[in-house]
Amino acid sequence: MSAREDVLSRVRHALAGSAAPGPVPRDYRAAGEHPPGSPELLDLLADRLVDYRAGVRRTAAAGLPAAVAAAVDEGLAGRDLHGEPLCLVVPPGLDRAWLAAVPGQVVVDGQDRLLGALELDRLHGVVTGATVAVAETGTIVLDGSADQGRRALSLVPDLHVLVVQAGQVVATVPEALARLTPTRPLTWISGPSATSDIELVRVEGVHGPRSLQVVLVED
Amino acid sequence: MSVDLGMPVTAPRGVGHLRGEESFPVAARRALADPQLRRNIGKATGTIRDKRLRVVGEVPDWEQLRTAGKAVKADVLARLPELLEQLEQAFTAAGGQVHWARDANDANRIVTELVQATGADEVVKVKSMATQEIGLNEALEAAGIAAWETDLAELIVQLGHDRPSHILVPAIHRNRAEIREIFLREMGAVGRAPDPDLTDEPARLANAARLHLREKFLAARVAVSGANFAVAETGTLSVVESEGNGRMCLTLPQTLITVMGVEKLVPTWRDLEVFLQLLPRSSTGERMNPYTSMWTGVTPGDGPQEVHLVLLDNGRTAALADEIGREALQCIKCSACMNVCPVYERTGGHAYGSVYPGPIGAVLSPYLTGVQDNASLPYASSLCGACLEACPVKIDLPSMLVELRHRHVEADRDEHALPTAERVAMAAASWVMADPARYAAAQRGSRVGRLLARRGRIGRLPWPLSGWTSARDAPAPPAETFRAFWARTRGPGS
Repeated sequence: MSAREDVLSRVRHALAGSAAPGPVPRDYRAAGEHPPGSPELLDLLADRLVDYRAGVRRTAAAGLPAAVAAAVDEGLAGRDLHGEPLCLVVPPGLDRAWLAAVPGQVVVDGQDRLLGALELDRLHGVVTGATVAVAETGTIVLDGSADQGRRALSLVPDLHVLVVQAGQVVATVPEALARLTPTRPLTWISGPSATSDIELVRVEGVHGPRSLQVVLVED
Repeated sequence: MSVDLGMPVTAPRGVGHLRGEESFPVAARRALADPQLRRNIGKATGTIRDKRLRVVGEVPDWEQLRTAGKAVKADVLARLPELLEQLEQAFTAAGGQVHWARDANDANRIVTELVQATGADEVVKVKSMATQEIGLNEALEAAGIAAWETDLAELIVQLGHDRPSHILVPAIHRNRAEIREIFLREMGAVGRAPDPDLTDEPARLANAARLHLREKFLAARVAVSGANFAVAETGTLSVVESEGNGRMCLTLPQTLITVMGVEKLVPTWRDLEVFLQLLPRSSTGERMNPYTSMWTGVTPGDGPQEVHLVLLDNGRTAALADEIGREALQCIKCSACMNVCPVYERTGGHAYGSVYPGPIGAVLSPYLTGVQDNASLPYASSLCGACLEACPVKIDLPSMLVELRHRHVEADRDEHALPTAERVAMAAASWVMADPARYAAAQRGSRVGRLLARRGRIGRLPWPLSGWTSARDAPAPPAETFRAFWARTRGPGS
């Protein structure tokens, strides 16, 4: 008997004669009080993100390039660039106008070829869009769309500037899941990389980007 | 020993980490004698308890989520065969390969062969209880493959040649000064050494781990992970983490091997909405953990292009076959039960022997191995009920502990011709209490116990009663029994 048949047979034996459980009660909240994109949700999202020690900027669409430039500035403040000129990476589908006010070089992933992990490690930061954000938990989800890029892009560089549009902000986890495509590679981000492994003291910044700068675009 | 194929079997001996080398009371006594350990664990569990209460308190529908979570998990177990087949089909259709492992030996062999097939001689690992349970690192090492733990706490445990003592924060028994020493002493031998002027500030220690492990992440060709959830309908796997080491392992290498217990399924995508709310608040006391990754097979041009899933039994079907033990398989490994347990808080995790400590470990380990192999664990509890209250899927741990004690006593009676001291004492008590005259005489006799007492307490009784007083004082019997008091004040016959 193959291991597969053996394990499945064991499971069937184990369950033989058991009664089927009842239906799953789903009387928990399916949605929050406020509709997606409402000012209350943007306030809540900003509050949660700040609690995680992420930087948060709010801007109208017209102010986006300036806000992105300020986010890059803040995210790299105190970082030693070893005398190199500032160099950021963006996914292929990101609107380049967002970076109009950023001084320095911008590399587009996949323009000539996909960048290797070692190359990404030498870049100073990445700017991406988002798919959906959960206000109650301060979470932003990326799904690998053209403005968000493959997963390594938003992981290896030390600064992640994340641009979230107001309409992408929902209140609760169930609302966010309903907007996502399960088969895409998904990354749920709630603040910068952190650990509580030493005496349960939270320390921001381990392996993921040590600085997360969120730009909320209101309209 | 002959094994019927297709019948549930407990986890095999001689491999993995489900059994301790000594019983809980013996190991606990040593842990209790270590004041540093008690301070470290007391401080850490106190911190996390407060955090959990704060973030659970702000969720208005927490009880409804718990009820739903429990119901989903019960449904998973009841429909496990069809859901496993559904998962296999979906994961395979998305470009992944599924492997089945009856036990730890099967799983270790499968993973070792998969790594060997890539030609790699090292792997990076995401923290995973399943691979701890089966002793995968040792199996890989025996095959000449180095396994690098990349979770900060697991790294501390691995570099310290130590054992994990908590399922979420495996180095909870270490304080910052100890961690600094371990890093300075051990890191250089296996990779990038820390700055010699490393301090014990947690941020500096975390940075030392970042620099040490980044070299490994950027060079790794194979990663091994566990999974927090697998969605049967879509074939999606998920890892919930904080540091980004999980993302590194799940994204950068060419090959990804995930080892997962067969019970970690959820039926539908929508079911994640329950567990992604329950798990982070219950485990780290955060509204959401920093990173959650979800992947479905292979995504061309993004992440590992060869993905494997090893579905592990290793005693789970034996637990499933038990109508009461089955409930232990609903566990989502959040660790809330150990953080609130007054026993765990004092002894720490090592005393439990198994990789699963605390209340859930005291239940799950005996069900996976058979109660005779972890006979002392069901007694590692005061039955106070704090674990049931904290459990996000409402596992009735106290009732299961009582049931396992009952099983152990029954099994013990069947196995031993000679009665135990406890059974002699219980039989004697039953004979004495069955007759009022005998009971009164025994009570008068018990006053002799006052001769042994100091300041109202008896610290040590002679054998066989020493079993009772080795771990606790007995109160001195009163000078006058209630029956004597009644007879004296109300007169005979009243």
